[in-house]
Amino acid sequence: MDLLTFARGPALQWSLIIFAVGMLWRLTGILLLRRKPDHSEPRHTGTWRGALKLIATRSVPKREFWATTAFGQIIGYVFHIGLVIVIFGFVPHILFIRSLTGLDWPGLPNSLIYLSGAITVAALIAVLIRRVSNPVLRMLSNFDDYFSWLVTTAPVVTGLLAVAHLGARYETLLAIHILSICLLLIWMPFGKLFHTVMIFVSRGTTGALFARKGAST
Amino acid sequence: MSEATLPPLDTESPRLSVEKPGQRYDVQGDIPDPERIDIAMRSFVRDFGAVAATYMESCIHCGMCAEACHFYVQTGDPKYTPIWKIEPFKQAYKREVGPFAPFMRALNLKRKVTVEELEEWQELLYDSCTMCGRCTMICPMGIDIASLVGLARHGMHKAGLVPHELWAVAERAEREGSPLGATAQVFEDRVEWMGDEHDVDMHMNLDEAEVLVTMSSIEIQKYPESMAAVAKVLNHMGLSWTFRTDGYEATNFGLLSGNADWQKDMSMKLIEAAIACKAKILLLPECGHAYSAMRWAGANLYGKPLPFKVRHISEFLGEHVADGSIRVKKGLGTSVTFHDPCQIVRRGGAIEAPRIVLEALGAEIHEMEENRGMNWCCGGGGGVITIHRADALRYKAFQIKMQQVEKTGADMLVTSCSNCRQTFDDGQAHFHWDKTAHSLLEAVADNLIDEES
Repeated sequence: MDLLTFARGPALQWSLIIFAVGMLWRLTGILLLRRKPDHSEPRHTGTWRGALKLIATRSVPKREFWATTAFGQIIGYVFHIGLVIVIFGFVPHILFIRSLTGLDWPGLPNSLIYLSGAITVAALIAVLIRRVSNPVLRMLSNFDDYFSWLVTTAPVVTGLLAVAHLGARYETLLAIHILSICLLLIWMPFGKLFHTVMIFVSRGTTGALFARKGAST
Repeated sequence: MSEATLPPLDTESPRLSVEKPGQRYDVQGDIPDPERIDIAMRSFVRDFGAVAATYMESCIHCGMCAEACHFYVQTGDPKYTPIWKIEPFKQAYKREVGPFAPFMRALNLKRKVTVEELEEWQELLYDSCTMCGRCTMICPMGIDIASLVGLARHGMHKAGLVPHELWAVAERAEREGSPLGATAQVFEDRVEWMGDEHDVDMHMNLDEAEVLVTMSSIEIQKYPESMAAVAKVLNHMGLSWTFRTDGYEATNFGLLSGNADWQKDMSMKLIEAAIACKAKILLLPECGHAYSAMRWAGANLYGKPLPFKVRHISEFLGEHVADGSIRVKKGLGTSVTFHDPCQIVRRGGAIEAPRIVLEALGAEIHEMEENRGMNWCCGGGGGVITIHRADALRYKAFQIKMQQVEKTGADMLVTSCSNCRQTFDDGQAHFHWDKTAHSLLEAVADNLIDEES
């Protein structure tokens, strides 16, 4: 079995299994913990609305915090949007997702994908520099932060190298690209990248609890 | 600290606490270290449910919460980053409770927290956190960090790792019924004194009343006019109301110190007193944490919905000024800025009521630039005001507040929390500032329209 066949075959298959089982395990491990009933008299009853509202509104930076958090927020937005464009806009990715799920949608021009990929890598490098140079971030950071950065950045870099045919045979570059995605999938349930799911759970939880009290969000 | 060595109270200075200790006792009891850690962690995870676990699993280490915290903003010291304040407990959660806990323990990926770490974290969990919840407003994941600090304090209290003064006042509250010496007898005497002084009818220990009125010990000892003020308002409304010596003190230092058992004892006194007099409303005083303790946690400690409504005095005033049952004249006639107490406004949801009242009083409201849910804390909440060694840090945080107030250009400063008021009094004395925080309740009582006039 050559590297590409391995990457496309068992590596990807097992990664997806670990990803799915791990995500489910962690999520149920959190959500199945007990929830105490709240007997206090609610100020408002629209808790679901509160949950959905906070999920949406917390993505919008607050005026009061903008001056001190603008750089971090902009750079965060740039690489997240960049990742979405690259992952879901590149035609070969869409074909791959279609082969797995049957879902299909139109792709974006390759030139836009390459540009987005390059900007994403630049933003991720800026994120890393900020993490090691900002005293607060440096103090908070642990293995998870740096490893999560690595497994997020690697697929973008290897993908760009593959489309540019740089450094090795295309088949080898493609295999490495797929293996880097496998690593991302395997790590996702265990580290901070799990925030892709928790962002909805956590915001929704606070949104619902605070809506009940009429508290500010 | 034993009963014999309980530090004396200082009730003369601008802020009330125990006297500044010559020798600090920030570790209580003589439990061996390993046991201390086990107790801390066991009691921390005891109350762990899906909500706290959700928050523990969600932090992305973005550090944005630092920018919302007055203690970080004023010092630039990374250790005051809100989420860092619960770091040992985050580790303990992942090691003991989280979905991957068995792996964490087996591979020692999250090591055991040490007593030395918890002792170091005491300053972060108590001295430098007012549980004001401003950090909750910035967290991109929506984590309610203040609630996690509350849980961590449970562990710290069980382990006997509470700052000297906060432990002393909480223990006194459990034993005497008040953290600041306002025992039932003192309370009764002072109510009588205020009744005479202000020529207002006081009601004490009635068997039946529509409203049970509770007080904060800060008011009883430092701002006793509050007792006369609430009496004037309720008499003006023609309501049947009572103070009761078996349930009058609402501050709940059990909650602030982290002792869940004491918190329950303190809440149950009020609940039982309200039930005993068949009250329809339990009226909470101008005190922020009293509101969190009773309005949101009271029924859960009781185990079922309360058979009466719980209202903060500012909500009560707002509602009844609006419906006309409290009639006030536009007596303030000046520019006023309102300091939003965090637990009542940001975290409690009673946001517009004080503004309705101030407008009715003829105030020209000058809002602070960051107001309502975004308001900066005074720096004295969460028990911080009692801790002498936190003074320097607290004064730094207070400077934000002074600047905010000054910038409004308002002539008068009003708030609806006596703990905020004493923090302002103390800051005012320290900085020789010319602004005094006034009580919303007293402003109403001073401007009631007398039926006979």
